[in-house]
Amino acid sequence: MVAPDRSADAGDEDGMKGVRRFARFWYDFIVGDDWSIAAWVVGIVGATALLARRWDVWPLLPLAVIVVLALSLRRAVRDARATAEEGPREL
Amino acid sequence: MHSLVLVGAAFLASAVEMVEALTIVLAVGVTRGWRSAASGVVAALAALGIVVAALGPALARVPIDSLRLAVGVLLLVFGLQWLRKAILRASGLKALHDEQAAYEAEVRELEHRPDRSDRHDWYSFTVAFKGVFLEGLEVAFIVITFGGAQHQVGLAAAGAAIALVAVLVVGAAVHAPLSRVPENTLKFGVGVMLTAFGIFWSGEGAGLAWPGSDASLVAVIAFVALASLGLTRWLRRTAAPTLETRTA
Repeated sequence: MVAPDRSADAGDEDGMKGVRRFARFWYDFIVGDDWSIAAWVVGIVGATALLARRWDVWPLLPLAVIVVLALSLRRAVRDARATAEEGPREL
Repeated sequence: MHSLVLVGAAFLASAVEMVEALTIVLAVGVTRGWRSAASGVVAALAALGIVVAALGPALARVPIDSLRLAVGVLLLVFGLQWLRKAILRASGLKALHDEQAAYEAEVRELEHRPDRSDRHDWYSFTVAFKGVFLEGLEVAFIVITFGGAQHQVGLAAAGAAIALVAVLVVGAAVHAPLSRVPENTLKFGVGVMLTAFGIFWSGEGAGLAWPGSDASLVAVIAFVALASLGLTRWLRRTAAPTLETRTA
């Protein structure tokens, strides 16, 4: 009696896990814990590119990025406050 | 004399780009592990070698601003997420439960995969790859433009090679002290660096003219670091005590 080839199945399973991990990586990389950060960054850089054609707007980008970070932190705190009585949650 | 000036100029310009790449590789290597970061560096150098060999002098026509824009936006998004978590932890708002959950998840995964050595960290790989590839491409531009203008590409390449050795020596010297810095402090620093590099590169790609050119990167890093420290203090003073009271 021939034993089933488990090594081939394990290889396929590892391959699928690798693909899933790779897809998960890109999701985490671009979207992360707060999807609005990615959306705001794209918007701000796009606006900077448009404005930079006519004006010298270099201070705009660093300032806008810090505002986005502050808003994201404020949202995290607000969410944590809203659920504080339900126990700790992922920020 | 002209040759010395050419080597010196290529050395300095290349060293600036290489230090930028080194900073990113050190950041991901120290915080997330060296194996995947190193494989990202090797893959970037291989890709760079192929691009340079295939394009040669035509390399000067690659749309570097579009590359800077894409890499800058990705670094900015990634850096802000990292910085956000580090600030929440530093201000006491990110609970230690998260660390416990992460540890338990890691243990669960290790139970299914006892040999940890074959796990690949795509974050480290990609961030190291992008940093080294983009900066390496810029070094190649420097060698071709500096050397090409005086028909002495070999001398310009020698200047870049000396810069590479110098930067590698510096990297080897600072890597050990960096590994003794507390984990969240390191992550905070990495978040600041990635965000600052992201701002700088995406700004260049978007057509911004930074005052002082590459030198303004130092000012951007300082600005992001100070603003992040300010946000941490603000959260410590306002949000953390309120939440502690509510959850007590």
